[in-house]
Amino acid sequence: MDAFTTHTGRAVPLRRSNVDTDQIIPAVWLKQVSRTGFEKGLFSAWREDPSFVLNDPAYQGASILVSGPDFGTGSSREHAVWALQQYGFRAVISARFGDIFRSNSTKMGLLPVVLPGDTVEAIQAAVEADPSLELTVDLREREVRWGSEKAAFEIDDYTRWRLLEGLDDIGLTLRAADAITEYENGRQRWLPTTA
Amino acid sequence: MGRTLAEKVWEQHVVRRAEGEPDLLYIDLHLIHEVTSPQAFDGLRMAGRKVRRPELTIATEDHNVPTVLGPISDPVSRTQVETLRKNCAEFGVRLHPMGDAGQGVVHIIGPQFGLTQPGMTIVCGDSHTSTHGAFGGIAFGIGTSEVEHVLATQTLPSYRPKTMAIEVSGELPVGVTAKDLILAIIAEIGTGGGQGHIVEYRGEAIRKLSMEGRMTICNMSIEAGARAGMIAPDETTFAYLKGRAHAPSGAAWDTAVEYWRSLRTDDDAVFDKVVQIDASTLTPFVTWGTNPGQGAPLDAAVPAPESFDDPIARSAAERALEYMDLKAGTPLREIAVDTVFVGSCTNGRIEDLRAAADILRGRRVVTRTLIVPGSMQVKRAAEEEGLHEVFKAAGAEWREAGCSMCLGMNPDTLSPGERSASTSNRNFEGRQGKGGRTHLVSPAVAAATAVTGRLTAPADL
Ligand code: SF4
Repeated sequence: MDAFTTHTGRAVPLRRSNVDTDQIIPAVWLKQVSRTGFEKGLFSAWREDPSFVLNDPAYQGASILVSGPDFGTGSSREHAVWALQQYGFRAVISARFGDIFRSNSTKMGLLPVVLPGDTVEAIQAAVEADPSLELTVDLREREVRWGSEKAAFEIDDYTRWRLLEGLDDIGLTLRAADAITEYENGRQRWLPTTA
Repeated sequence: MGRTLAEKVWEQHVVRRAEGEPDLLYIDLHLIHEVTSPQAFDGLRMAGRKVRRPELTIATEDHNVPTVLGPISDPVSRTQVETLRKNCAEFGVRLHPMGDAGQGVVHIIGPQFGLTQPGMTIVCGDSHTSTHGAFGGIAFGIGTSEVEHVLATQTLPSYRPKTMAIEVSGELPVGVTAKDLILAIIAEIGTGGGQGHIVEYRGEAIRKLSMEGRMTICNMSIEAGARAGMIAPDETTFAYLKGRAHAPSGAAWDTAVEYWRSLRTDDDAVFDKVVQIDASTLTPFVTWGTNPGQGAPLDAAVPAPESFDDPIARSAAERALEYMDLKAGTPLREIAVDTVFVGSCTNGRIEDLRAAADILRGRRVVTRTLIVPGSMQVKRAAEEEGLHEVFKAAGAEWREAGCSMCLGMNPDTLSPGERSASTSNRNFEGRQGKGGRTHLVSPAVAAATAVTGRLTAPADL
């Protein structure tokens, strides 16, 4: 996965709550078997509306999405994360994320930043007032900075470390291969197998 | 201090625990389908890895499959299904392909084979994996990176979610079903209400539910934002499992049941959060908006956005009414639908089909009505009972098994502007087809609605 240390870029305010993963990438885009090409599907239904914020020329090239609460609810599709990344986003800021989306993001190096609702709104307002405003999302310091403001966010040490280093989970887990084998030897015999 | 059911099952599966790290959790059963697995198998191949325990893995074709007999006409869908076949053959995973007697929606086939048992950990690249928690295990949806991780290691590094109890006292009134109950719960706690938690559904009304009803409840835990939902196993659970293909038998059955009986929350255990619901006051429940929390009793009217104090809920309601083309104050019973869909992993089991057939027997539908069994086994069972004759006589379409109009990845979709009453689990914008409008309902309400063409409770007929 991509390492994430700190990122500075412009932001897009998405003033909607409950942005479910069916909106982030509608099901028709999930039929592909590759891992690339999902940027075209990002918010594809909403992007048909010329007034949708992603179509606003002022926000072209922005790399941080600032959304209303409950971002990434619904389906487990990791394609939502791929689509956001392939479109150019490095971080998403929201007051609350769907659990699976947040987990998928941290596996891929897209940083989900949880900030209080009023802070998110303050950032949205600041970006709307000046779309050229740059935000810095700093994972080392666990804070977001913009203009003369800053806000701290929480992320557990382990996930932060993995993101900073860009570590692959499977490689980490395989270091515990002996423990897995030992656990398997102690499993109940009546547990089902599909064989 | 006592432990909750979730804590007991979790502890039982910790392979490795280290300070400051997530627990490494053993996974007893991994379910696979064609949509979220191709990139995971690619990852294995690129790293030269194998599937660690193919015999704890099972695959089915469900999301893309047509529900009328014949090949898949969409070439992209076909490639995805063929890719699953190739991957299962290469990595030695049991697959139930289209046309196979064991094929069906991934969350229907686990329980039907007896592979879903109390106390297990079950994952799938699909958010409705929470369904399997109805048997008293921990079951949750994962993304494709995690699918690859489970394939390679049969484990998953995870932080234990917090615990939440939803206590449902009283008894559901006649004509009110598990679906109405879970829609009412989500409307009450919101789409983020369960976030970060494993929900245990408890109380008299839950105990009285059949396994089908319990699966409907646990299935929609994710719509309340919960990581998983579960229900302690009891005699209903054991009776459902007994004799199923992969359930223990002989002496192993007795050993298993003895263990399963220990899988309950201790009396002095403490949940991080508790919600109380009184089942006896509930009536049939439907959604009016574009997330599953935007629901109301069928007796109510479309709410006015101004009636929401929270500004975020208010603007979400405004947007939803615009998308749904609804006016505040319209009685929900006056909403006319074009299509009725009975099926999905929420309500595609035999009991759901019986409920729909009970309403349709001797009546005619006035809308396009799709009845899609959740699996081929459900289909056969329904046909043995003659339910298909009831549906056909009523003018409904009797289809092959699959996800169908739940998410419209196959040809079963709504056209832009079309409105459905659907027994599935998501009323998101465009979920059933671009521009389509979805009202979530129970199978009984779906069938009654098909008869009148407007959202209708069976008691209204
Ligand atoms: S029936 Fe619907 S919710 Fe269930 S697995 Fe299929 S698409 Fe997902």
